[in-house]
Amino acid sequence: MSSVAQNGPDLQDVGGVRRKIHPLTLTLLSVLFGLVIGGIVLALAGYDPFAAYWIILQGTFSRPKYLAYTIIYATPLILTALSVSFAFKTGLFNIGAEGQFIIGTIVAAVLGFYLKLPPIIHVLVCIVAGMAAAGLWGGLAGYLKARFGVHEVISTIMLNWIALYLNNYVVTVIKNARHLTNPTTPPIQPSASIEFFSSWKDTAPGQSWRALHPFWDDVFRTPLNLGIVLAVLAAVAIWYILKRTTLGYQLRAVGFNRFAAEYGGINVKRGMFISMAIGGALAGLAGVGHILGWTKYIASLAASEGYGFNGLAVALIGSSNPFGCILAGLLFGMLSYGGSKIQNELGAPTEIINIVIGAIVFFIAMPKLITLMISRFRRGEKDVH
Amino acid sequence: MFTSVAFIIGTTLMYSTPLIFTALGGTISENSGVINLGLEGMMTMGAFMGAAIGYLSGNAWIGFIAAGLAGMALSLLHGLACITFKANQTVAGIAMNFIGPGLALFLSRILFKGGTETPPLSLDAKIPRPLNGLFPQNSFLDNVLNQYWTVFIAFALVFVVWFLLYRTRLGLRVRACGEHPRAADTLGINVALVQFTAVSISGLLAGFGGAAMSVAVVANFRPTLISGQGFIALAAMIFGKWKPQGAMWACLLFGGAQGLVIFLGRSDIQAVLPIPSEILSMIPFVLTLIILVTFVGKAVAPTADGIPYDKETE
Repeated sequence: MSSVAQNGPDLQDVGGVRRKIHPLTLTLLSVLFGLVIGGIVLALAGYDPFAAYWIILQGTFSRPKYLAYTIIYATPLILTALSVSFAFKTGLFNIGAEGQFIIGTIVAAVLGFYLKLPPIIHVLVCIVAGMAAAGLWGGLAGYLKARFGVHEVISTIMLNWIALYLNNYVVTVIKNARHLTNPTTPPIQPSASIEFFSSWKDTAPGQSWRALHPFWDDVFRTPLNLGIVLAVLAAVAIWYILKRTTLGYQLRAVGFNRFAAEYGGINVKRGMFISMAIGGALAGLAGVGHILGWTKYIASLAASEGYGFNGLAVALIGSSNPFGCILAGLLFGMLSYGGSKIQNELGAPTEIINIVIGAIVFFIAMPKLITLMISRFRRGEKDVH
Repeated sequence: MFTSVAFIIGTTLMYSTPLIFTALGGTISENSGVINLGLEGMMTMGAFMGAAIGYLSGNAWIGFIAAGLAGMALSLLHGLACITFKANQTVAGIAMNFIGPGLALFLSRILFKGGTETPPLSLDAKIPRPLNGLFPQNSFLDNVLNQYWTVFIAFALVFVVWFLLYRTRLGLRVRACGEHPRAADTLGINVALVQFTAVSISGLLAGFGGAAMSVAVVANFRPTLISGQGFIALAAMIFGKWKPQGAMWACLLFGGAQGLVIFLGRSDIQAVLPIPSEILSMIPFVLTLIILVTFVGKAVAPTADGIPYDKETE
């Protein structure tokens, strides 16, 4: 595990195939192979893979509503992926995005319900507080690593569970009387909502406007919200921090070689804290957006919902690049939203999506295999001519 | 008081067992130089296979073996990526954590009419308890020792794995590959073969760990059954400093905290000491963090752990 912490899974430097393959080629081929593997598994189980993928495509693109849902599904994943990527760059492995996400949801649900503030200010307070709390939660793992040498993989796994039970505790304290079977908190105030036009779209003028604009009418059937804008802004900000600021340079230096960085006068311990704190704040933003934009309350959780772990996969598919994370997040959103429909329409288990995602990540882990296949393919071409 | 202590020890042993199997698996793999972050996926696969085959065959032992083989199958895939194709081991492990649970639920829906839970095993079809009825019911020894076979197997395996790693030629080779694969290679050790062996044993044990949950602690598989235990086993292995006995103590600590939580959550204890169950549930995790900070120094992994060994590169 130590080598992961020191080097980070930098995809281009794996196994001595440095720079022989363009990261984008690797990603696209991995996605292709992942879909093929998923198709083979479906075919083996007796389902028509082409029908399944067609349902996913239709389920994503055939209606404005579907597109909006795909974006809604993708939003938290883009942010947790940014969180994971940011820590990767400093050579840290943030398994804790899961818990940091939960901390963000708790803060948003509590402040969104209790505070009585004017609309925009209410949202800003929730976002700042949620990011700060989740940032501290992530930063704690960084601090424990820097100060006590506690492996961040262990500490973040423990912090994930503590966050989960904290969530369940908060739900029991401020329980909504109407949901007795599965306890939840009461919904947030309308002033804290970031759903687009949430107070207007169901009013009489809103309805009559929507009657004239069928495309937007369909979009407004979904809780499409400001979250995606925040995610894109966050991606730009992270790109800027990493590439254009001294802090970003220092953090990346720690990721490349912490000993060299230390020798060069960079405070490595401070770097670990800051990296995990910024990562935590990003995952926290994902949680805040998820509550203010979509669910509006938190519910008791039996197990983690996987936003952090799925963010790991998205970060890997997006090769830890902020803009790659956006595209990979949209792909993941498409597979999970569109994929949820194959159960009803084809009877095929939706879990095939997890197999596809796993297969994509599996190929991404093996640039050597992909390079080998490309070179075989090229040699084969030469033989023909 | 006496029976309370016995109750806590008993539950500790029961809840530590799945973790011990899995953490031992992780220990073997990482000592050979291959990080197995996919323990969670292999454990989930094992839990499903154990419960499904146990139900279909009517024999929990057949299920238990099938669980190990399923975990092993997944670990061979991990080995193929990490050893043959020099993959980034962390990334390959993450892939296993998607493929394992994905495949388990996929198969469950196909085999059990769309259900994500396997039908429960009847009580006598579970893994038996060898010492059942030997001691008076609810006596101290009954509470502590009347355990499923899996519990005894797990603790025996701690010794077996320790012996394998530190007292046999294979163990020396495994550790050589984890510390300095090039030196091992120079001495004529087939590094890839040794690593494949170690990784497949780790999958086997993680599969057993999953089954220890699904055909002993409970009697069926459900999607949230494993949820995170593979990661806790991974943490226990790091916490135990990559040694089988260390991993065992870490798992016992964790299982012990779990046992304490169950004890404190009992209605007779809650009447005296009312602590919300959600706060109680945090105890094992908070305790682990505190112990990590106060007692345990920096853990050191095998030197070449996680670095793919490539003969051709200098």
